[in-house]
Amino acid sequence: MDASTPRAAAPVAQPQAFALRGPSRLMRVWRETRRWPVIPAFILIMMLIAAVFAPLIAPHNPIDGVLTERILPPAWYAEGSSKYLLGTDPVGRDILSRVIYGTRISLAVAGIVLAAGLVGGTALGMISGYFGGIVDEAIQRFVEFEIAVPFILVALVVVVVFGQSLTVIVVLLIVFSWGGFTRQVRAETLQLKTRDYVAAARIAGAGPASIIYRHIFPGVVNTVMVIASLRVGTLIITESVLSFLGVGIPPPTPAWGLMVSEGRQYIASAWWVTFFPGVAIFLTVLAFNFLGDWLRDRLDPRLRQQL
Amino acid sequence: MARYIARRVALGVVVLISATVFLFVLSRAAGDPRFLYMNETTDMAEWDAWGREMGLDRPLVVQFWSWFTKALQGDFGRSLWFKRDSFEIVRERIPATLQLAGSAFAFTMVVAIPLGVLSAVRRGSVLDYVGRNFALVGQSMPGFWMGIVLIMLFSVQLDLLPTGRRGNWSSYILPTITLGWFPAAGMLRLVRSSMLEILDSEFIKLARAKGLSQRGIIWKHAFRNALIAPLTYASLLMAGLVTGAVVTETVFAWPGLGRLGVQAVSNNDFPLMSAVVVLTAVVYILANLVVDLAYVIIDPRIKLT
Repeated sequence: MDASTPRAAAPVAQPQAFALRGPSRLMRVWRETRRWPVIPAFILIMMLIAAVFAPLIAPHNPIDGVLTERILPPAWYAEGSSKYLLGTDPVGRDILSRVIYGTRISLAVAGIVLAAGLVGGTALGMISGYFGGIVDEAIQRFVEFEIAVPFILVALVVVVVFGQSLTVIVVLLIVFSWGGFTRQVRAETLQLKTRDYVAAARIAGAGPASIIYRHIFPGVVNTVMVIASLRVGTLIITESVLSFLGVGIPPPTPAWGLMVSEGRQYIASAWWVTFFPGVAIFLTVLAFNFLGDWLRDRLDPRLRQQL
Repeated sequence: MARYIARRVALGVVVLISATVFLFVLSRAAGDPRFLYMNETTDMAEWDAWGREMGLDRPLVVQFWSWFTKALQGDFGRSLWFKRDSFEIVRERIPATLQLAGSAFAFTMVVAIPLGVLSAVRRGSVLDYVGRNFALVGQSMPGFWMGIVLIMLFSVQLDLLPTGRRGNWSSYILPTITLGWFPAAGMLRLVRSSMLEILDSEFIKLARAKGLSQRGIIWKHAFRNALIAPLTYASLLMAGLVTGAVVTETVFAWPGLGRLGVQAVSNNDFPLMSAVVVLTAVVYILANLVVDLAYVIIDPRIKLT
């Protein structure tokens, strides 16, 4: 400590009996980690790194197995091999490598779908709320419909007709991802457009496009961010459910849901095949949900009643 | 009230008709629809007979009308895999799904409502902590994996409960938890947050100032009002139950509609799939109607709109 500061220069005798020193250092660190979503952010950064650098990190090829080394248990078992940290599956593929590559699929699908749903849904919501009338009616009926129809049934039928592919799944997810955004953004827009600054802009001669872009959009950004962050988890789960049911991403792609499904028949003899991909889904979604809750409490606590 | 119900029924009918339109459009979008009905024993004579029956040489509107009237009579054609009438097969599977969904719905209510209320009333207590984590885990765990982990634990390791198939009461426990946890999580969060909001409102403060008992305030004044927000969640919950049922039935080899749908997909059985979709839509629409009516009864203010 600097000796020239006044406090250090004139030390006052502190009464020892009072424990007014505040929480211990450990406690402070803990409180700080609780205030900021440190753990979820850490998990997600790890996932992101795993996704981007999968070929560098993964110890083995995720698609070609070694048939002589199939169904090896995780490394901490006596029969396990240190070559395969989380064991191998029934065709001798390294579980860890497949889980690492699976991060790519999950995050890419969720990212693409979310971006499309967010942009489309927000735009439609602002248009619907700002213009009202017949445009609003039409868009709202579509939203009602999208929310009323169980997605899974549509997915099953579409796959019967068009077959199983990544494109089909991504398109389907996009079609069913914008409704939530549209509904909430429309409600916000209805409130925002009655504000004086919007009226002032209109009087000053601004057209609808520029009012929506300059004056409405900044007002809905927070809501959109919160919905998006709470949506990621659901999207990842939905994609994994489809892959699990055999209507999502086709094998041998290392998608988490698919891996759980492939290992399902071995749960009595080789639990690790199905267990670890599930852990990956759970941790990722948990982290996103934590982050989403935190963001909502920060940016838009009113959404708590709706989501 | 009558208008409200009429509107809801009309929406149901629209959804149902759209489902048939959707199926028809899909069957025509993929090229010759006969490919969807074909199997390895189909010969040329049969192929031509189908063409005449579906009216493939006539306009699409006529083709649709013929498909639609047949669908209304429950005629979706023979299942390609089971070689029996699709409608019959689907009808047999409905009770199993309804029982599972009903039991999961009961689980959701029994767990989420008391736990939600208590974690709001004792905010920050151990109970609140348990409730919030129950919700967070439920919303983050994929249902299929939860089911598999439950089987690993209770059936394989501990050998307490059956791994699947419908049997006596014990076969319901694991599927019910698997199907019910996710909706229970959402419900709990909603009950908790709307309870917190209401406990903070003026009329509750008045009730407290009046000196009413804590129990009376919570269950009589706060709880009834707090129920309204979660009720609007009930129709979303239904959609969740449909998705969940497909997954849960697949994991637990449950002989219901959901598993049948997945089987139809893996066998490329379009007639059976159409029957599954239309009948599930009917069940789903009826269930939603019941919820809507319950909503009107519980919240009289809705009659005004």
